[in-house]
Amino acid sequence: MDDFYKEYILDHYRNPRNFGHLEHPTTKAEDLNPLCGDTITMELAVDDAGKVSDVKFSGRGCAISQASASMLTESIKGLSLEEVAKLSPDAVLEKVGIGISPTRMKCALLGLKVLKSAALGEIASWPDETR
Amino acid sequence: MSAIATRERAKLDRIVADFPILAKPTSRGKRLVYLDSAASSQKPRAVIDALVHYYENDNANIHRGVYELAARATEAFEAARAKVARFVNAAESAEIIWTRNTTESINLVSFSWGLQNLGPGDAILTTQLEHHSNLVPWQLLAAKTGAQLRFIPADDTGNLILDGLDALLDGVKLVALTHISNTLGSIAPLEAIVPRAHAAGALVLLDAAQSVPHMPVDVQALDVDFLAASGHKMCGPTGVGFLYGKRALLEAMPPFLTGGDMIKRVSYETTSFNELPWKFEAGTSNVADAIALGTAVDYLTEVGLDWVREHDIALTAYALERLRTLEPRGLALYGPPRAQDRGGVISFNFADVHAHDLASLLDLEGVCVRAGHHCTMPLMDKMGWPATARASFYLYNTEEDIDALVAAIEKAATVFKVA
Repeated sequence: MDDFYKEYILDHYRNPRNFGHLEHPTTKAEDLNPLCGDTITMELAVDDAGKVSDVKFSGRGCAISQASASMLTESIKGLSLEEVAKLSPDAVLEKVGIGISPTRMKCALLGLKVLKSAALGEIASWPDETR
Repeated sequence: MSAIATRERAKLDRIVADFPILAKPTSRGKRLVYLDSAASSQKPRAVIDALVHYYENDNANIHRGVYELAARATEAFEAARAKVARFVNAAESAEIIWTRNTTESINLVSFSWGLQNLGPGDAILTTQLEHHSNLVPWQLLAAKTGAQLRFIPADDTGNLILDGLDALLDGVKLVALTHISNTLGSIAPLEAIVPRAHAAGALVLLDAAQSVPHMPVDVQALDVDFLAASGHKMCGPTGVGFLYGKRALLEAMPPFLTGGDMIKRVSYETTSFNELPWKFEAGTSNVADAIALGTAVDYLTEVGLDWVREHDIALTAYALERLRTLEPRGLALYGPPRAQDRGGVISFNFADVHAHDLASLLDLEGVCVRAGHHCTMPLMDKMGWPATARASFYLYNTEEDIDALVAAIEKAATVFKVA
């Protein structure tokens, strides 16, 4: 049981990074996991060069979904929206670490789905790993 | 402490031995502690054997073949219906309609009775506690017919507030409510609702998914007009459930699904419909599972529904007592405070550990609980809970199962560093 939730997962769960709202987001998206009702909103600000200059997320849910979203927000500043839309599920799953059972996969990938939705300007489908 | 006396313990041990899955350890080598029977029950050997026996000995399509095998299949299928009728004390077998589950039973009433009988100016009354299966069909029916949808409010422990009931009943043609809340375990005071509903000219549909498996339910004593239940929550197979309806109502209702088996005579232009109960059973029924549900009814009858109810209460009382020891560490218990006022269902949250994380951690210890909204999203929103964990009990659960639950929560507290 001890290695199931890594220390930094709990840290991101209790102290989420980039949590809150942007005053003037360039684009935003929200979605929920219908299985459990977890919700996440992602707001992105894009600078004149077309790069993500700021990001905030909000929502509520389990440690896996909230920590995944929090960790994602730390790694996307400076990326173009096209690059954000192409982010691989591996980017999240490697951060979350071991112990993600198939039933929890959507928890881990909800933040990525919402982030891609914000980048695309439409609801993105679930990343491949959940099929 | 021992909530279960020695004499009962011997019976309980025999029951546990009847359920093969309970003897199979988890992939991590833990004893399986199954505390999710409100979602679906486990199956005794007799029910599993009944399925195999049917397919090996009696399998044929029913109601049509003239050969011996078909006659045997038909006889077993109709015998199972009679068992279910006796189980809920229906006046006759023809008042039991086979469906897939509680949800389909409710949809049958909504599409058949509802579309025929409701219009603008009418109202449907349900409660704030309902499972989506007893809410969504009425939302859609209201939208289609122009009828209004109203709700009996519930207090913070899940007890219905009946102060304004007579005003709420004005213009109501159907009261559709759950017998036992699948989220909170609270039990609806039917004796205070059904007579007033009838006096106001309304019919009553009871969602008995959580009660028929767990306590004696007598449709004539309760005087409900419709009752819906699922086989898989009462030791039976998945894919079979039933609707009880009073004969006069079922007679007057149009068919729901149409096609083979539900007809009397068909020409190219018109069709006359079969008699009850077959008018509502279009196409080849789920024969094997219905027969095995009959076996489940035999099994529960042999154990005794009074025994099951007493056992649920004893386990719930013990679980509440054990879980309350964790309240100083942040455990929050929901639902009525006294075990005798609730079904064998306990929803809870623990400190700042989300219910899904808690359920994942309990799973590592072999403890199966449900986490989430329990298909009662409006109730969760009303209560302000994003999610809860839910432990639910049945005839095969023991005090050791509850001890395992409490021990696993304590382990989760360590992982999440809850003080």
